[in-house]
Amino acid sequence: MINIENLTKKYQDKKVLNNISFNVKKGEILGFLGPNGAGKTTTLRIITGFIAPTKGKVKVAKIDLSKDSLSVRKKIGYLAENNPLYDDMKVYEFLYFIASLKGVKKEKIVRKIREINKTCGLEKVISRPINELSKGYKQRVGLAQAMINNPEILILDEPTSGLDPNQIVEIRELIKKIGEEKTVIFSTHILSEVQAVCDRIIIIHNGKIVASGTSEELLKSTGSKKTIYVKIKGNRDEVLGQLKRIEGADDVNIKDKESDNVYGYEIKSEKNIDLREKLSTKVMKNNWSILEFRKEEKGLEDVFRKLTK
Amino acid sequence: MNNIYTIFRKEMANYFNSPIAYIFVAVFLISSTWLFFQNFFLNGQATMRGYFYFLPWIFLFLAPAISMRSFAEERRSGTLELLLTLPVKDWEVVLGKFLSNVIFITITILLSITVPISINILGQIDMGTVIGGYLGAILLASSYLSLGLFVSSFTKNQIVAFIISIAGLFFLFILGANFVLNVIPTFLVPIFSFLGLGTHFDNITKGVVDTRDLIYYFSFIFLFLWLTVRSIESRNWK
Repeated sequence: MINIENLTKKYQDKKVLNNISFNVKKGEILGFLGPNGAGKTTTLRIITGFIAPTKGKVKVAKIDLSKDSLSVRKKIGYLAENNPLYDDMKVYEFLYFIASLKGVKKEKIVRKIREINKTCGLEKVISRPINELSKGYKQRVGLAQAMINNPEILILDEPTSGLDPNQIVEIRELIKKIGEEKTVIFSTHILSEVQAVCDRIIIIHNGKIVASGTSEELLKSTGSKKTIYVKIKGNRDEVLGQLKRIEGADDVNIKDKESDNVYGYEIKSEKNIDLREKLSTKVMKNNWSILEFRKEEKGLEDVFRKLTK
Repeated sequence: MNNIYTIFRKEMANYFNSPIAYIFVAVFLISSTWLFFQNFFLNGQATMRGYFYFLPWIFLFLAPAISMRSFAEERRSGTLELLLTLPVKDWEVVLGKFLSNVIFITITILLSITVPISINILGQIDMGTVIGGYLGAILLASSYLSLGLFVSSFTKNQIVAFIISIAGLFFLFILGANFVLNVIPTFLVPIFSFLGLGTHFDNITKGVVDTRDLIYYFSFIFLFLWLTVRSIESRNWK
């Protein structure tokens, strides 16, 4: 649906984007992840035709953006960063204005507004001026505006920034619902959001793509070691020595201390080795007792931090 | 066409939904009629000459006040990104905004129709010069607005747009003024007097509608609208 080839963007001499290429399939929800200033907004602005790249090509539904930006813009619904809206207009007027500029036929506009009103839950505020709305409602107006002409592609730049936790969940659900039928790209620096919503993730850092794949794939590709955490009651040095002797345990550390003779240990091993059984036999043999036992999951957060440091 | 109309209508609604429009109209009518009627009874002539004499100077401040927000405000609040990523051509945006400015100032100018009516009660007024004067005023105001729109398109600060527009217009206006024409070399005089915004206005208010003056104003407007479109497009080759 969207093909991006060798995108480079320079501001003066600074390369904001450095040779980025990726594709988005039809019906996919793509999470665009990166720290602030990584080049997320710039990329999205290029795809939506607001700015032009220094080099590179963007194709949307096989149409070259540089040749026919108008047809591309017709296919895209865009929620820009910070959600700019005409504050002095009423919600209804605003949606009417956007709909007619997006080429929705006059006789259909009212019906469209009614539909979007329901999808985005704007019933309560439809006749109020936008500047009187709460941030959550403004965000919904922004989404409604992006979807009013039923575009095939939605591009959302940090749609949940600045919302409270309840609103974030609401907007996220909304995006999920929309994503069932449409191709969605959305940028964020909130990791749990990506995990909750996206089919695929692209992590961008300093204008370069540093990772791409599903969240499982990303976890696998970077988390090279497996970690087991176990809390054992027993003599510290004895336990440590014995644990180190387990075959396959690469690294054993003391993580924390609860009381005398009760310590938490961290045992690292290669990915494909399962130490759990050996560990428990060892403990039983020595007559220690296990107080806690868990597999430590490396979260996407670690992946993110590792890739974007 | 539809898009231009949609943008035009939104901009118009914008004026009249806020107090700006009413303040603007009031300031214009009060200042222009007051300046005019100050001397009117001393002269004792049933003519609007004096009225049109002041207009270019009043517009010098009022026209930039209208045009300054057109793009600067959109840039500041970020809505320019919203507007320009819609399937709308850049020139449609520029034209829609320009027309709304022009129609708004035309309405304002036409509201001063009470002046010729009042004069006509006092004595016979020459309708030719009045119509010519109004036509000239609208053309002059539109030219001012086109320059103001252009200036507004490359800043996000309305005040900057306002002041630069005034400076630019002032420069172009005095280009054809007598005290400038007196000091420059003789061969430059016809060029300067043709380029000056004011010279053409004087001709029209005398009741003489010359094609040269019309061509001047229309090309002036066209040039600055074209520059505005280029300036909006410039985001593409930055």
